[in-house]
Amino acid sequence: MSALILDKRQLAPEITWMEVVAPRIQKRWRAGQFIIIRPLEHSERIPLTIVGSNAERQSITMVIQAVGKTTREAVSLEPGDSLCDVVGPLGEPAEICAGERVLCMAGGVGVAELLPVARAYKEAGNTVVALCGARSDSYRILDAELRACCDEVHWATDDGSYGFHGNVVQLLLSLAGPGSFAEGHVIGPIPMMKAAAEATRGWGLKLHASLNPIMIDGTGMCGGCRVTVGGQVRFACVDGPCFDAHEVDFDEMARRNRAYRDLEQIALQHDCKLGLR
Amino acid sequence: MPAPPPKHKPNPKLPRQPLPLLDPERRRRTADEVALGYTAEQAQLEAQRCLQCQKPVCAEACPLHIDIKRFILRIVEGDFQGAHDVISEQSPFPGVCGRVCQHELFCESACVVGKRWDPVAIGSLERFAADHARLRMKELADSYPKPTGKKVALVGSGPASLIAAYDLVRLNYRVTVFEALHQLGGVMAYGIPNFRLPREILHEEIARLQNMGVEFVPDFIVGKTATIEDLFEEGYEAIFIGTGAGLPYLMGIPGENLIGVYTANEFLTRVNLMEAYKFPESPTPVRVGRHTVVVGGGNSAMDAARWAVRLGSDVTILYRRGRAELKARLEEIEHAEEEGVRFEFLAAPVALYGDENGYVREMECIRMELGEPDESGRRAPVPVPGSEFRIPAETVIAAIGQAPNPTLQKSTPQLVTRRGKIVINEWGETSIPKVFAGGDVVRGGSTVILAMKDGRAAARAIHEALSGAREAREEVKA
Repeated sequence: MSALILDKRQLAPEITWMEVVAPRIQKRWRAGQFIIIRPLEHSERIPLTIVGSNAERQSITMVIQAVGKTTREAVSLEPGDSLCDVVGPLGEPAEICAGERVLCMAGGVGVAELLPVARAYKEAGNTVVALCGARSDSYRILDAELRACCDEVHWATDDGSYGFHGNVVQLLLSLAGPGSFAEGHVIGPIPMMKAAAEATRGWGLKLHASLNPIMIDGTGMCGGCRVTVGGQVRFACVDGPCFDAHEVDFDEMARRNRAYRDLEQIALQHDCKLGLR
Repeated sequence: MPAPPPKHKPNPKLPRQPLPLLDPERRRRTADEVALGYTAEQAQLEAQRCLQCQKPVCAEACPLHIDIKRFILRIVEGDFQGAHDVISEQSPFPGVCGRVCQHELFCESACVVGKRWDPVAIGSLERFAADHARLRMKELADSYPKPTGKKVALVGSGPASLIAAYDLVRLNYRVTVFEALHQLGGVMAYGIPNFRLPREILHEEIARLQNMGVEFVPDFIVGKTATIEDLFEEGYEAIFIGTGAGLPYLMGIPGENLIGVYTANEFLTRVNLMEAYKFPESPTPVRVGRHTVVVGGGNSAMDAARWAVRLGSDVTILYRRGRAELKARLEEIEHAEEEGVRFEFLAAPVALYGDENGYVREMECIRMELGEPDESGRRAPVPVPGSEFRIPAETVIAAIGQAPNPTLQKSTPQLVTRRGKIVINEWGETSIPKVFAGGDVVRGGSTVILAMKDGRAAARAIHEALSGAREAREEVKA
């Protein structure tokens, strides 16, 4: 169904927050689930994590990083416009434990995707420690929202312009070790999720990773989003998107996510030639 | 008084009119429809071959029981619109069925003319009647009174739901069809290529249902966006599950997750639904290398292979049985051969090998021989030890079948299933009262026409359940 855009905010360079009317999804979604949108008629289908919702406004929110043709189309729309299609909620909700000290780790746009999981952990009575990474201070997003639902929020920036100087995994190692956390959740770029999994192997920590592979229908039909977890082929759209981070074959996933990189460039250049956006 | 039309003198000895086709060389470069359809003259010549049998076995063999001899007589008489009206009594999709139904297995296999000569080309005549009427229908947009009866929800907009919608709306039910994707038609939209079923044919036949008052809701996944219980709460009095078989089987061989390895579903969805053949005008790409190997022998395998040809690849279909065992429509097999698709029979994939960047490059195969019949009644392929060989493959498409999509089943644990397929009783009803199911979600991977047969049966069962006729029938039985 098409979805009216109510509000839009620039969180950081290339990162846009968007609120759209979607009464049915607002009513049913849970942390960890996602939607698929097509911004315009004839756009590609792209999966996005559901970041939040507002019952009064019957709306859901999402965060879009403009990198390819379709994400650029999406963020070019304004309040009052509509996304052509929004379908969901898709995937299985994140597994939320209770009464534990939990680790919430994210990098880049993943910080937005982490927010509902952190909230759910908090609501279930956990002590929530968030470790977030950004390129620099100006790329830090949703800090206030995170602080509102976490017991501790720590930032790492690549250039040291805010918080810890380094990446978020180095920050983790500087703050914690085996036995620090019972459970955790990690969302972000694949190398970061892989590094987080490697760093915490043997910590006795159950770490869930929210995966974002290439996806088409999001309903288990195409198999394009298949990932290897614990030696088994799983479909991220219906079996996931959250899996045991220590079991995921991140190298294979990184390769598969690069499958269309060259063609994405062609698509962007094609647009430039036509003078679109 | 006008003179009565001259009595029809059948002439079965006339040669069967060949269906005009697009030249194979041109086909290899376009997405245009392959079969061009009869001219009026050809259709009338072919229609004259029909014997107008006293006992029309063709209509009995048709899963939708279309009154075949009567519509063919209309064509003989030159009343092409009338022919379409006769088909429409039973089917809303003459344009679709005239193109994709396996006529050789149903009406044409029963045709009496076929006992001595070639059977009447019933499929091509159906298509002719549909196309003729379609041109006229654009001028006369039908408008029907809005139905006012009980509300019925149909889940999935594939062939099973669409014919159920057609039957139910004519019985005055208020019908809503829910579709998970952004486009309507189910497998006919994402699975069947344009060159076999042009999109405007599909869209117009669906638009006809819309005109009749059927409501369509795309981007709505029953089981996710709303549950079965939600739909009952919203006032739907019966629900039909026609969610098809959308869960692809994987080959289960090493290298299957290399780049360039697709399931037929992903490949066909990219090309058909997302129009990747127009990339970069369309935003969804598809990767087709110099050599494509398609694994499987059904319609999806033919469809994927023929698309790969059009996208500029050398294509081999690898099938573990022989040519006689291929399950695809005969016409598609022949068209694939004409277009240069090569077949490697009695061979199966063993492993895939890629380059340092993770792109598939080669397939290792093994020779098979046919042994004893298996549970499907066909002779089971058995590997020949030591017969491994390698072939180049920059694109691999696994078209080895699919299981029912489990999304709705997962959210509805009280629904009884057997190996993923929804179990129904003699009334077509599932383990949940007033919830019916049919098509591939009950059968496993099957064909468009059998899904339609199930949808029709379900519509009747829903009508009986909601009108009280079923209790009456049950009482008579008891």
